[in-house]
Amino acid sequence: MTDMLQNFKKSILVSIWFVFLTFPLMVVRVNTMNQVVVWRWTNLVWVAIGSFVLSYLWRYMLARQQVRKKVADEGGEIRSKTQLLLEDMSFRYKAMGIILLAALVFPLVFDTYQSTIMISALIYVVLGLGLNITVGLAGLLDLGYVAFFGVGAYSYALLNHHFDLGFWISLPIGGFLGCLFGVLLGFPILRLRGDYLAIVTLGFGMIFKVVMENWDSLSFGPSGIANIDKPGFFGIDLNLANSTIYIYYIMIGMVIFTILVTTRLRNSRIGRAWIAMREDEIACVAMGIDIARTKLSAYALGAFWAGMVGVLFASKTTFINPASFTFMESAIILSIVVLGGMGSILGVIIGAFFLILLPEYMRAFSEYRMLAFGAAMVLMMIFRPQGIISNLRQTYEYKGSKEKINNG
Amino acid sequence: MAENKHKLLEVKRLTMDFGGLRAVDSVTLEVYEGDIAALIGPNGAGKTTFFNCITGIYNPTKGDILLHPKGLKTRRLNGLKPNKVTEMGLARTFQNIRLFPDMTVLENVMIGRHCRTNSGIFRAIVRGRGVREEEQQIIESSYQLLEKVGLAKFANEFSKNLPYGAQRRLEIARAMATEPFLLLLDEPAAGMNPQETTDLEQLICKISAEGEMAILLIEHDMKLVMNISNSIYVMEYGKKIAEGAPREIKDNPKVIEAYLGEETDA
Repeated sequence: MTDMLQNFKKSILVSIWFVFLTFPLMVVRVNTMNQVVVWRWTNLVWVAIGSFVLSYLWRYMLARQQVRKKVADEGGEIRSKTQLLLEDMSFRYKAMGIILLAALVFPLVFDTYQSTIMISALIYVVLGLGLNITVGLAGLLDLGYVAFFGVGAYSYALLNHHFDLGFWISLPIGGFLGCLFGVLLGFPILRLRGDYLAIVTLGFGMIFKVVMENWDSLSFGPSGIANIDKPGFFGIDLNLANSTIYIYYIMIGMVIFTILVTTRLRNSRIGRAWIAMREDEIACVAMGIDIARTKLSAYALGAFWAGMVGVLFASKTTFINPASFTFMESAIILSIVVLGGMGSILGVIIGAFFLILLPEYMRAFSEYRMLAFGAAMVLMMIFRPQGIISNLRQTYEYKGSKEKINNG
Repeated sequence: MAENKHKLLEVKRLTMDFGGLRAVDSVTLEVYEGDIAALIGPNGAGKTTFFNCITGIYNPTKGDILLHPKGLKTRRLNGLKPNKVTEMGLARTFQNIRLFPDMTVLENVMIGRHCRTNSGIFRAIVRGRGVREEEQQIIESSYQLLEKVGLAKFANEFSKNLPYGAQRRLEIARAMATEPFLLLLDEPAAGMNPQETTDLEQLICKISAEGEMAILLIEHDMKLVMNISNSIYVMEYGKKIAEGAPREIKDNPKVIEAYLGEETDA
């Protein structure tokens, strides 16, 4: 109770302070044309109410987080309602069914614009899931992930331009080229860790962009490659709306495929080795795990998805140039993984939708869009540093557990 | 007596230099089948460095580390990567606990099974019958190990939430999951209360009595060392100063000097 009163008092003070600070900007307006001063008192009220509410909410949330931390430190575990729901299998299947149905009817209900936005969100879902292998599971920071995306996109663009290869053949080729570049990047940085690793991967991302901008004879430089074929549909020419829907469905298929494969990888012997490497490299190698091989496989399998979805990206936009593969893209994909929850597949999916759809649907706020987006990210990291969905505990069926169920 | 027992590990004149500092100075040590050997000595004597050399974390400057697995030919361990050493049948625990904190207790042990199983990336994606059976077998054998060290009831807890003594036992279980024939324990009783130490003593005796693995341990708890080990090596300033059975070591003047300091009024 005293805490609440305390918060209340502090919030009032904050609100008065803000009113004072913003007074000359928000309230007073000197109209130089008519030589009059306009007093906008309603603005003052809004600033007061707004800052009070925000401050109070902020304090309340921080206090709640403190309590949680305390319980966690004392060995107790807080299982939130969402976490319990997620561990309930029948709920999971029902939810998956509903989401799948919604995803399938989406382009039929909404217009082409909406489908296009959704396709780019889905592209980032796959990118996020790919990077989740490298960063979330294996714990290897990668700031140049977009390079693999670029490798995929350019491999399709060039194969299509020079050899007229189709989308479906290029899809696996793009994936494997991404894989190859993942291994290429992996080799020199096997011995690096932490900050150093981040810098080298950052450099790799830069190198890719610079090479693509300047190697005119290969990549056509900054002017890029245009007229890339859209995915073929049994040789039928589709109009724009239909081909968008078609790409949308390909993307849905790809997302499902990615989820399936990454889930299986995570729950396998390899996935456990990745997580163990993230947790403690020395203990991991002492337990007989080949670190070099595990690291390379994490880079290669992370890059594979970027390469594959790069092919789709090229075919969707029909035009690519190096400007699409900047560091900003890598940063966004990394934010998706961190914001969603490192290692959590569901978290990364939600994170991707959050980070890609939010700025898109906030276009109504026009110039405040990126500001609000940044604020949302900052708040998210303060109140949920572990991400939207944190590390779900894996439980296993063993003989002992079955007996317990039979007896109890 | 030792003559008719099979020699498992043979370390010959092992030396390890860090720049100008000689941390381990031509130490010779042998571990036989069924042994519980102990390596003792004051802080900074080079015991953990010695362990790190054997397990491949450091590459020794001089000397030989020879492993004689039963029924297989002798292998020289110098310069092998730690994971290869573990594959060869040497498993270790760490002085400062190194568990995987955000993995469950069972998963920690399952990691130990990694080098004895072999399904690769593509088989993991397809997840055929063989892989599922292997996975189930990993789970079962890991769970049995947890039962052996008395941690079965914690199987699905995060390992970071375990009490201290239990974390130490989990490290032992994880090392045993790699199916070693020689188990290296680096100060297993460090930081334990008397009750936990007694439990640990019983556990080590139990593991040894099963006869599948010999044990080499570093320990400061003299009571524990004297109770369970059948041969003791003493190190000081990187050199081996004594070796023998517990009662010989107890009365060895050099050892007493190392631990208590020289008698000045003699």
